[in-house]
Amino acid sequence: MPDTKNNGTDDASSELNRRQFFAKLGLGSLSIAAAGTTVFAYQFLSPNVLYEPSPVVNAGKPEAYPLDSVTLDVNSGIYIIHAKEGFFSLSAVCTHLGCMTAWKPELGMIACPCHGSKFRQSGEKIEGPAPKPLPWKRMWVSDDGDLMVDRSTDVRPMQFVRV
Amino acid sequence: MENTHYFDQLRASRVWRSIFRSGTGSSTLHRSLAIQQNVFLHLFSTKVRRRMLSFSTTWYLGTLTFGTFLLLVSTGILLMLYYHPSVPQAYADTKDLQFVVSSGLFLRNLHRWSAHAMVFLVFAHMFKVFYRGAYRPPREFNWVIGVILLLITLLLSYTGYLLPWDQLAYWAITVGSNIASAVPVFGNKIHFLLLGGNAVNANALLRFYVLHCMILPLTAIFFIAIHFWRIRKDGGLYAHASEPAAVRARVAAASLREAR
Repeated sequence: MPDTKNNGTDDASSELNRRQFFAKLGLGSLSIAAAGTTVFAYQFLSPNVLYEPSPVVNAGKPEAYPLDSVTLDVNSGIYIIHAKEGFFSLSAVCTHLGCMTAWKPELGMIACPCHGSKFRQSGEKIEGPAPKPLPWKRMWVSDDGDLMVDRSTDVRPMQFVRV
Repeated sequence: MENTHYFDQLRASRVWRSIFRSGTGSSTLHRSLAIQQNVFLHLFSTKVRRRMLSFSTTWYLGTLTFGTFLLLVSTGILLMLYYHPSVPQAYADTKDLQFVVSSGLFLRNLHRWSAHAMVFLVFAHMFKVFYRGAYRPPREFNWVIGVILLLITLLLSYTGYLLPWDQLAYWAITVGSNIASAVPVFGNKIHFLLLGGNAVNANALLRFYVLHCMILPLTAIFFIAIHFWRIRKDGGLYAHASEPAAVRARVAAASLREAR
């Protein structure tokens, strides 16, 4: 074994012989390359531009929503609710596993068809596997008098928009 | 006898000899070489006991699973010729395959039923291996390969589920990918990378298509090759009666200890 022969010439055991040095150099470069590949792969797999619909939804004129009504917009996944206190918007996406819930007028509650979660009109959970209430979404009135909802921003409950 | 005669002539021909290296003749050596010198067959044992090839030993569950896999690959490649993995076309193409393409309905149904059969057979195979104790050393690593193949089978089913792009597919993948986001710390990142976005959309359809048609089948073939090769390296198909007496005695003693 050349290693043992070389050890005889080395004074301290902490010193590297040539073979150990090159092995360390090789392993080091491989680890750096592996780390670089991981970063490269992660960046490549994360899209930088998404062609997804805008999170801001124009829900139209407030007059379109009669008092005490719950309206589901299936395409944007939100409820526009006109309560006595004013307007508010609720996410229609179930907090359990992301199914689209539906308003059940005969029961007066929101129900999820996938795993049976039920929510009040205010978003609070009544029963089912959903871990969280349906979040309230930021709503405001645009300069043109339209109801606007930002689906990417949750707000604390009981923040009504009065028109 | 006539057939054997022509086959022997064929085997003796120059073209045949240039393709197959094992040569003519039917001696034990030649028959062993025919297995050992073939790139596909060399994964398997050159010799097996006749008893080990009987139905009762294995119920052919592993072979049947591989058979469904081959059916799925061949029907899947044909389905790819009419399917575009894009949002406007995927669902229409699925309908075309059912109602417009000649034999499209047959191929799609064959693909679907083979997929169901493969999942069933993988489980049946694993139960058989488990209850016969064929997972025990020295075969424990092949059991691990089998578990990996189970996961690949399930992932193939899951990714194939999205491709028809109907309501069932859409919500199943929405629910399934949301389960992935329950992973601690990295959940949302995994969800984002899996779908190529925040929701099941065009990117998700394309990613699932590539996973379903390229990445997962190639990974499956890779592990299937190791799985078959390990059967030979680990001492052939398992049958308790064919184990050496010492091994049988050890297993009997162990089960006696457990019973107490």
